[in-house]
Amino acid sequence: MSKFKPGEKKGMSAISTSSLPDIVFMLLFFFMVTTQMRETENKVSVTLPSASEIVKLERKDLASYINIGSPVRHLQAQYGTDARIQLNDSFKTVDDIRDFIAAEREAMKEGDRPLMTVSIRADEQVRMGIVTDVKQELRRCSALKIMYAARKPAD
Amino acid sequence: MASKKTPEINSSSTADIAFLLLCYFLMTTTMGSQTGLQRRLPPMPDPNQKQEDQKAKRRNIIIVKINSADRIFAGNEPISDVKLLKDKIKEFISNPADNESLPEKQDTEIEGYGVAKVSKGVISLQNDRSTSYQAYIAVQNELVKAVNELRDDFSMQWRGKKYAKLTEEEQEIVRKAVPQNISEAEPKDVSKK
Repeated sequence: MSKFKPGEKKGMSAISTSSLPDIVFMLLFFFMVTTQMRETENKVSVTLPSASEIVKLERKDLASYINIGSPVRHLQAQYGTDARIQLNDSFKTVDDIRDFIAAEREAMKEGDRPLMTVSIRADEQVRMGIVTDVKQELRRCSALKIMYAARKPAD
Repeated sequence: MASKKTPEINSSSTADIAFLLLCYFLMTTTMGSQTGLQRRLPPMPDPNQKQEDQKAKRRNIIIVKINSADRIFAGNEPISDVKLLKDKIKEFISNPADNESLPEKQDTEIEGYGVAKVSKGVISLQNDRSTSYQAYIAVQNELVKAVNELRDDFSMQWRGKKYAKLTEEEQEIVRKAVPQNISEAEPKDVSKK
């Protein structure tokens, strides 16, 4: 058994860790590519209602978001607890939706404009009145593709 | 010049640095994809256009109402639980016994399939201003579920597969054969009734 010569003091050679950074970098790149930073601060708290028949939004880059809900806690002193509409970064009224949609359309490529989807992210406690107002305004701006954001039911 | 090699840079900390970055992205990432119920709003009616041409026959419409207390009515019948709505809608759209009071079916030529009996049923959804959004979505979900199940039935009969397993073109055909006609017509105040 020449492998176990008593003279040869050969311990277990250390595992080469030189490829460890490469592996970690690969993971890092994966997360860097898949991640998307939240570009707007949530000023309204939204708990999405659950629905079982949900579909995925195919083109996230073509979606605009309208958040409806009561203001988050630290803004409640200023804005009250009534449901508000948030567009981009600030509280808006129904009348501002027209400009918002126009701006979002302008930012898109010509060919993508008909595919624009407006995702209505409304809190489950919100009353339909405000949602109906938003929907009517969207119809007036002919932004007809909408999506009621919902989450999978936890079961 | 002596062959003096440049000393190798100790790279054992590269892994640590990369891990740190990795952790940062792991924490900030939101993998959540956007999901929801997709709808197409009807275009705003032309004020000059006469009302009559968009009127559908009485038997082809089922009115689903949600009142301010989140109670559901389908065709003036109260529905005690939202889960019972699905069967009601399925029966309405498919009209298995060719009932006189349920929607008529029209033979439609669909390319790639042939002649299919397409139901002309329209679900009209009405809600009150103080209906909760949760109840509204629950009803919307139930309506979509009813249509999805009918599509599944249709594709099972046709291809022996579920709707989701069909190819893109076949799904298109099924969508034509079992249309999803949900109208969220002009808002009405259903509390005063």
